Amino acid sequence: MLILICAAVSLLTPRFLTEKNLINVVRQSSLNGIMAGGMTLVILTGGIDLSVGSLLAVTSVFAAGTLVDGASPTQAILVGVAIGLGFGLANGLIITIGDVAPFIVTLGTMTIARGVALIYTNGAPIVTANADFRYIGRGSFGPLPMPILILLIVYVLVYLLLNRTTLGGYLYAIGGNQEAARLSGVPVKVCKTIAYAISGLLAGLTGVILTARLGSAQPNLGVGDELDAIAAVVIGGTSLAGGRGGIIGTLVGALIIGVLSNGLNLMNVNAYYQPIVKGAVILIAILVDRRVRATSAA
Amino acid sequence: MGIVTTSSDILEMRGVSKCFSTAVALDQVDFSVRQGEVHALIGENGAGKSTLIKILSGAYQPDSGGFSLDGKPVLHRSPALMQRLGISVIYQELNLVPHLSVARNIFLGHEPVVVPGVIDFQTMHRRAAELVSQLGVPISTHALVTELGIAEQQLVEVAKALSYQVRLLVMDEPTAPLSEHEAETLFDVVRRLRDRGVTVIYISHRLEEIFRLADRVTVLRDGRVVGTRMVHEVEKDDLVRMMVGRDIKEHHPKAEVEPGEVLLRVRGLPGRDGETAELTIRAGEIVALAGLVGSGRTELARRLFGAETLKTGAMELKGQTIAIRSTRQAIRAGIGMVPEDRKTQGLILDRSVSDNITLPILGRLSRGSFIRRGLIRDLVSNIIREIDIRVFSARQAVRTLSGGNQQKVTLAKWLAGQCDVLILDEPTRGVDVGARAEIYQVIGKLVQEGKGILLISSDLPEVLGLSDRIIVVYGGRLVAEFTRRDAVAETIIRFASGAFED
Repeated sequence: MLILICAAVSLLTPRFLTEKNLINVVRQSSLNGIMAGGMTLVILTGGIDLSVGSLLAVTSVFAAGTLVDGASPTQAILVGVAIGLGFGLANGLIITIGDVAPFIVTLGTMTIARGVALIYTNGAPIVTANADFRYIGRGSFGPLPMPILILLIVYVLVYLLLNRTTLGGYLYAIGGNQEAARLSGVPVKVCKTIAYAISGLLAGLTGVILTARLGSAQPNLGVGDELDAIAAVVIGGTSLAGGRGGIIGTLVGALIIGVLSNGLNLMNVNAYYQPIVKGAVILIAILVDRRVRATSAA
Repeated sequence: MGIVTTSSDILEMRGVSKCFSTAVALDQVDFSVRQGEVHALIGENGAGKSTLIKILSGAYQPDSGGFSLDGKPVLHRSPALMQRLGISVIYQELNLVPHLSVARNIFLGHEPVVVPGVIDFQTMHRRAAELVSQLGVPISTHALVTELGIAEQQLVEVAKALSYQVRLLVMDEPTAPLSEHEAETLFDVVRRLRDRGVTVIYISHRLEEIFRLADRVTVLRDGRVVGTRMVHEVEKDDLVRMMVGRDIKEHHPKAEVEPGEVLLRVRGLPGRDGETAELTIRAGEIVALAGLVGSGRTELARRLFGAETLKTGAMELKGQTIAIRSTRQAIRAGIGMVPEDRKTQGLILDRSVSDNITLPILGRLSRGSFIRRGLIRDLVSNIIREIDIRVFSARQAVRTLSGGNQQKVTLAKWLAGQCDVLILDEPTRGVDVGARAEIYQVIGKLVQEGKGILLISSDLPEVLGLSDRIIVVYGGRLVAEFTRRDAVAETIIRFASGAFED
C-alpha cells in the first residue's frame, strides 16, 4: 500500500524521489511515528489515548521552560519525558483502578494537560536557542537526522517488547479477550497501566524533539495530532478492538501519512484540500485492508 | 442413489456439498425430513451439522446440491426468504437483544404497526402473550430478556419462531446450558410443537434425549451421511459407532488412585441448616460438585480461584493458610481453573494455540522478560501430542478449531502449568463423544500424577463415573456429601433440587 502511494506521488511530481526529499518525508513522519508507537500499545489493549496531542504541548513547554531557567539540556529532556510519563501513568491508573473508559479518561487528560500548558506559559511561546538541546531535533548522527534515529530506536524497542517479552504477550492477550486473560493469570491492570505510561512517555519524547527542532515551545502545539497518531496505527492494520496488529504496520501507516502530506505539498495542492485527501486515503486504505484480510481468512 | 421423495417430505436436500478453501465440510449429503416428525441430527464436532443447518437456513450457499420444500425446488435462498417460508433456526448462541423486552424480541423485524414506522405496543404484547402461553411456560412479555434465565430465553426464541408461523424448526444443542428440570420443560415444548404440526430438526450430543424425543435420526460423519434410522430400531451403541466409526464404550474410565495428602481445605463454607461445611481435596482425588444450574457451584469455584472474593470461610493450601485475592495469586499458589464458557472466558480466540496454552506460565517461560521461544515450541508440541489436539500447526488461531479441540486447549493451559489443584467447570459441555473420552483420559492422567481435581458437572453419569466424592450444592450451600460407593443418582438429584427438607 505504501509502495502504491509512493509510486503514485512520484509520478505526479518529479521532486518527490530526490534523496533530500525522501529524508525530509521520513523525518517529518518520525514525530508522528514515535507517538503512534505508543498509541499502538494502547490500542492493542483495546483502549485509546486521546491525550497525546496535549501531552506534546505540555512536555514541550516545560522542557523549554526549564531550559530557559538554567537547566542543562539533559535535565530539560528528562523533565519533558518525565511529564509525559507522569500523565501517562495517571491515565493508566485511572483507567484500571477507577475502571473508567479510556476514551473518557484520556479526553479529560487531554483537556487538563492543555490547560496546564497554557497556565505555565501564560499563553506565550517560550523560545530557546540552546544549541545542545536543539541537537536532538536538528542534528544528525552520520547521515541520519536525529529524529529518524530516535524513531528507529523506539521502534526496535517496541518491536522487541511486543514480540519477545512476556509483557507483549500479555498486551495481545488483554486486547483479544480481557476476561480470559485475567482468568489465565495475566496482571491486567499492571499491563494496561504500563501501556498508557509508555504512550505518555513517547508523547513526551516527541514533544522534546519537536521543541528542539523548532527552537520554541508553544502551548497550542499538537492540537489534533492524536488523530494522526491513531490514523497511523489504524492504517497500519491494528484493530481498534484490540488484540490484533503490530508495530511494523504502524510504521508503514505513519510513513503513508507522511508521504501523502509531503506529496500534496509538492504538488502545491491548496492547504485546505489536504485534509480531505488525507481523510479519503485513510478510509480507502482501511477498506482495502479489510477486504484483503477477509478474503485471505476465508 | 436417488432419494425417494414421499409426499410427506417437507424438506429434501440432495447431493449437497460445501468446501471452505481446502476443507471439505459436506460431501454429497442427502437429507430429507418428513412432515410433522422430530428428526434428530447427530455427529461429532466437525461432522458438518452446523454447515448443513446454515445451508438450510440460507446463511451459506452450497457449492452444489438441490433443495426442495414441499416438493418444490427453492433457489437463491437467503435467511430472510427461508424465514418467510417457515424455516426457523434456534442456534446455541441465542439471537436475542438483551435490553429489549420479550415481546419486542419476538416481533423484532415484523412488529405490528399502527401506521408504518410506529409500533402498536398493545397488539404486540397481546400477540406475544398468546404465543408464550402456547408454550405452557409463564413468561412476562414485558420482562427484559437479560432478566430471564437461559432456559426462558430459549423459549423466547421458540416463541419468536412461532411468530413467523414456523413449519420447520431447527434446534441446535438446546439442552446444553439447561438443567435436567429445565430440559424436561423444553421437551414438553417440543412435544407440543409436534402436536401442532411443526416439524423439528433436533441437534444434540445427548443421546438419551434422542431416544426420548425423536422419531428418526440421521448420523453425519466427516461431512457425509452415515445413515438415517428410525429411533426405535437402533441402540445407543449403534449410534455411537456410526458417529465415531469405531467402537467407543461410552463409559467413564476411572483410574484407581490412592488419595494422598490434603491439597486444599476450605472451612467455614455455608452448609445445611445454617451450619458450616468444609471442602477438602486430596492429591489424586476427584471431588465433584453436583447440583442444578444456578446452584452456586461456579461462584464457589471462582472464589477459590481468586476470580471473585471469598466471602466466608478460610482456605488452606497444602497445610498453609492463604487468602487468595487474585487469579494471579491463585495460579502461583498452584490452583488452575478451566472455566464454564470456553469462548468468552477460557480462550483468546484470535490468538494461536501456542499463545493460549502458554499464557498462564508466560513468566516462567522467560528469562528476565524475554520469552524463550525454543522452550515454548518444545513445550507446546509435547502437550499437543500428549492430549492429541488436532491442529495443523500450533500457530493456528484457536478460533479455527472444533469445539472439542478448543476444550482440549483450555485443559492444555493447565497441564503446562503444573498446578496442584485443578478446577474443571463443565469440561465436556458441547463436546462430542470422541473428544469426551480423550478428555477423561487426560483427567485420569492428571490424578495419577497426584493432582487434585474439583469437577463441576451437570452430567450426572459423568459425575457418578469419574468422582471419588460427590458434594451436592443447593442455593450456594453444601448440603450433602457422598463417597463414590454410597452415591445414588436419585438421592443426589433429591438434594440438588432442595427436596431434602422433610
